[in-house]
Amino acid sequence: MSEARIDVSIEHKNAPEPEGKRHPNTCPACASHYRDEELDASLWVCPHCGHHFPMRAQARIASIADEGTFVEESADVRSEDPLDFFDLRPYTERLAEAEMSTGLGEAIVTGQAAIDGHACELAVMDFKFMGGSMGSAVGEKFSRACDSAAERGVALVSVSASGGARMQEGILALMQLPKTVCAVEELHEAKQPLVSVLAHPTTGGVLASFATLGDVIVAEPGALMSFAGPRVVQQTTREKLPDDFGLAESNLRFGHIDAVVPRPELKRYLTQVLRLFADGR
Amino acid sequence: MAGEAELRLRERLAKLRSLSLPGGTRLTDELERLERQLERMTQEPSGEEIWRSVELARHQDRPYTLDYVSRIFDDFLELHGDRGRADDAAIVAGLARLDGRTVAIVGQQKGRDIKERTSRNFGMPYPEGYRKAIRTMELADRFGFPLFTFVDTPGAYPGVAAEQHGQGGAIARSQATMVRLGVPTVATVIGEGGSGGAIAIAVADRVLMSENAIYSVISPEGCASILWRDASQAQKAAAAFKPDAAHCLELGVIDAIVPEPPGGAQTDPDEAARLLGGSLREALGELEGVPQDELRRRRRAKFRALGVFA
Repeated sequence: MSEARIDVSIEHKNAPEPEGKRHPNTCPACASHYRDEELDASLWVCPHCGHHFPMRAQARIASIADEGTFVEESADVRSEDPLDFFDLRPYTERLAEAEMSTGLGEAIVTGQAAIDGHACELAVMDFKFMGGSMGSAVGEKFSRACDSAAERGVALVSVSASGGARMQEGILALMQLPKTVCAVEELHEAKQPLVSVLAHPTTGGVLASFATLGDVIVAEPGALMSFAGPRVVQQTTREKLPDDFGLAESNLRFGHIDAVVPRPELKRYLTQVLRLFADGR
Repeated sequence: MAGEAELRLRERLAKLRSLSLPGGTRLTDELERLERQLERMTQEPSGEEIWRSVELARHQDRPYTLDYVSRIFDDFLELHGDRGRADDAAIVAGLARLDGRTVAIVGQQKGRDIKERTSRNFGMPYPEGYRKAIRTMELADRFGFPLFTFVDTPGAYPGVAAEQHGQGGAIARSQATMVRLGVPTVATVIGEGGSGGAIAIAVADRVLMSENAIYSVISPEGCASILWRDASQAQKAAAAFKPDAAHCLELGVIDAIVPEPPGGAQTDPDEAARLLGGSLREALGELEGVPQDELRRRRRAKFRALGVFA
């Protein structure tokens, strides 16, 4: 009975429909259908209603970096299985499957790039790789991106999309919070900014570490950004959740982010931020 | 089961030994750490022993932060409020003296009876609690007081208001504050070290853990309900993600284990406090005289090195 009060549509808004039920490119907000190339051309934003579909890391990089400027770094960093973790399936099997289905080595892609001529470092997460969860490899790659930005004297732009820490790595996953926080501190010591872009969803350990330490923080329209997910909050508190619980728009109202930036305007926004920081140095 | 892990460790050890880098002080540390891990392999706790830790860590008679503070420190002065919005009773903060010297204290606090449990929100802080922690840490830094933190929380509170007040950002900023401190810091996980709510006050120069405490990325119940889709599989989940002190030490997440009286800290809180007091003094002793910049540098190097990847 309390089930009915949970607004799971928030949590599952961008989750793919079960196979055979509905085409994956059906807009969950207005039910329009699209071919992949149509959505790709519109930056995975529904041309009818503006709903932001999840965006893969490579597509994201292509949408904000100047053409041909992205040079990937730390591509060889891979997760290990420090706990020999086994739930219903071994962690190593889940990792192998994620690699196969995403073509990525981990849930984050990092490297050098330029945005409208401004050299910068990019750290872009991919929710499709095990829910964008942060384990040791994600923590290491993000931290190295901070180092690379500090060494080259450029800003770091991060785009997060993550369910939180990766449970399969146990306490070491939790330790990626202080690890990435330390890396951001070192970036700041080198007088370089972190510009944090929150995509749907950015929750748990990623929100409680580098994502909220941005010098400028923005989120995409409709992105869920909460420390605890709506289901956990509902089950723990039995409170009726507001319709806009944890969404970017309510976080803007409560003062936790600087702006809600629609995807087609993101590159322009980032260019302005990078220009302002660069001119101050 | 230890066989394969042991082999991997031995491989890493051999690889490290064969490297002869100039100025390899960090390498020596790493070697020592791996050798310690290897020693512990033979006495790895079983799933049942891990679950016993979970039960003891949550035992209703287990000493809480203030039970330890009153026994170990003198002259405790509690500070209240985040100077913005509220005073969160799930976190206690204040000043006290240890062997005649002023120190700062921050810790999560659970309640003893129903009324106190409710007022302390079962030790689950709101962002206001972390902001109280932050202001106390900054005060310590300003006046050169060493900081002791005590971790005992099921997790940061997952509520609507907590989210509206910025739970994630408060946890991140509390960690960032600890990274910047120029005073010696010692954190001890005395009971439940629940996820982000715990690490928010545990980014310290020395991280200790009571023998029967747990430290984990998610509660056993939470993990079971997500990965096994069944919260009653908590025992299985705990055995899989290994939140006990021995495993945390092995993974390099903590620096030392604080012994408890036989049967657990709840059997003899005075003795438990005596043992913890000894460990705190020892940890502080190792940090005294280290210059501020060096403290910060070592603290960052330590947390930056955590993780296992290829």
